Amino acid sequence: MNNDYVISVQGLTKRFGHFTAVDNISFDVKRGEIFGFLGANGAGKTTAMRMLCGLSKPTEGKATVAGFDVYTKNEQIKKNIGYMSQKFSLYEDLTVKENIRFYAGIYGKSDQFIRQKTEIVLQQLHLTNEANKLVGSLPLGWKQKLAFSVAIFHEPGIVFLDEPTGGVDPVTRREFWNMIYEAAANGITVFVTTHYMDEAEYCGRISIMVDGKIEALDTPTMLKQKFEARSMDEVFLKLARKASRSDN
Amino acid sequence: MRQFSSLVRKEFYHILRDKRTMFILLGMPIAQIILFGFALTNEVKNARIAIFDQSKDIATNTLISQISSSRYFDVEDNLHSYKEIEETFRKGSIKLAIVFPENFNNDLEHFNKAQVQLVADASDPNTASALSNYATSIIRDYEKRITNDRKLPYTIKTEMRMLYNPQLKGSYSMVPGVMAMVLMLVCTLMTAITVVKEKELGTMEILLVSPLRPLKIITAKAVPYLMLSIVNIATILLLSVFVLEVPINGSLLLLVFESILFTLTCLAFGLLISASTDSQQTAMFISLTGMFLPTIMLSGFMFPIENMPLPLRILSNIVPAKWYYSIVNAVMIKGADLTIVWKETLVLMGIMAFLLFLSIKKFKIRLA
Repeated sequence: MNNDYVISVQGLTKRFGHFTAVDNISFDVKRGEIFGFLGANGAGKTTAMRMLCGLSKPTEGKATVAGFDVYTKNEQIKKNIGYMSQKFSLYEDLTVKENIRFYAGIYGKSDQFIRQKTEIVLQQLHLTNEANKLVGSLPLGWKQKLAFSVAIFHEPGIVFLDEPTGGVDPVTRREFWNMIYEAAANGITVFVTTHYMDEAEYCGRISIMVDGKIEALDTPTMLKQKFEARSMDEVFLKLARKASRSDN
Repeated sequence: MRQFSSLVRKEFYHILRDKRTMFILLGMPIAQIILFGFALTNEVKNARIAIFDQSKDIATNTLISQISSSRYFDVEDNLHSYKEIEETFRKGSIKLAIVFPENFNNDLEHFNKAQVQLVADASDPNTASALSNYATSIIRDYEKRITNDRKLPYTIKTEMRMLYNPQLKGSYSMVPGVMAMVLMLVCTLMTAITVVKEKELGTMEILLVSPLRPLKIITAKAVPYLMLSIVNIATILLLSVFVLEVPINGSLLLLVFESILFTLTCLAFGLLISASTDSQQTAMFISLTGMFLPTIMLSGFMFPIENMPLPLRILSNIVPAKWYYSIVNAVMIKGADLTIVWKETLVLMGIMAFLLFLSIKKFKIRLA
């Protein structure tokens, strides 16, 4: 296994009865890369991601995350990854500070680490004055940015983002992507699924899943050349047209 | 340990921030004790009764005067024939008739044995049984008193025309019932809902992706409710001792131990429900039908189990509240110790272990 690859997947498959949700996919993700994971609803993105996060056991194939095998070392994997889901994932009835403290606490971080880093994060997010406000009272965009900061608070090697910008306005999305770039620059590998094709252009490399298989995998520029398309949107439509599976 | 304390702290925030729910959780035992202790009491006072005295001797006279001087009865009428009894009942003016046969004192003096007949209006079974019991106890009192004067014991045989539920004093049996109900509501319903709520919100995913073990997540959820239940147990016991004047005759320690055991059983059931459902509504529905109704119906708290048909009697054995109710009843009211209630305690432990095993297994299956 090459040390430069933080995620390495070979022939990964997940079947639920006769239904093959993820069909023999293979790819590698380099350290510090922003890896876009695209596909229509029901293409198998979430199932694949769940297997990589140690939430679900693969039926077949090999996969290592942060150097740990997904079959046997999923506890080790969990310690080394961050995760942010498409649903809003903070507690609305806890304050900003309490949420940070809680998530850092379940990753076993020390009080001193939490205190110091909380200050830094709050400053970055311009939330210092809102530190003791309930998260439920913040606008959605702020919540999403806070959720991302919380997901990488324990300084994981990899962060999995499952449609992180759903329902967020374009300006906040732009800011959100700036945070992703910054995290990647700090050596955190970002594995992101998204619906927005303009966001796909921000990724280092993209894989597009159709009916449980990876149909294309390359940089946005190469993909557009290959499919003779002007935008990622066009690439996606050309591929997605082949899909036989309907929504979910 | 650091992870666990973070989790528990978070659960406390959830409970403390939701003022309305907390108010209900802590206020409910108070409301129920007052409701069941005072408003819904089985106790009957100043019930109108009639007496058909065919003997009219010194013994019947003493008994009648004792009955009429008690606060439970008002002697409304003196009757002169059996026919009249039925007529007075039909008019609805009396609840109970006491019939002394001829030669009452004579029988008592010569055979040391006499008979009284109690005829009660069974259209209201609870009142009827309560009244027959009061009357019986007055007669027993009298019997004991005259026996003291003589060497041979006197027996006055009371014959009840209608025998129903022998529940005597209202609040005595209510307290154990209310305890079972409140604990069950707090533990089963609230635990089930709080776990399912996280599933609905999507935060459960985050917890599962974290290095936390599922068992830790679940136990951390149960800790605050266990503590809340202990507060509730204390409230109920204090209220019943100082407001309802129900004594704690047995060991307080044993009572608390049994209550915690029951609480754990309820928590295990709540966790089982939360592991099997995904929506708060379903969780609430299952808790109410699966736990609340059986607790009320089949624990012996509202309706005596002995009077139920055999299938229901068998079914009542799997209701944890039935065992808890009989333990509390025995320990609190009758002053029993562990040598008497060990069997019930073991059954309760068995049910708890079974539910816990099932919920952990179910939780693991869902993760795979």
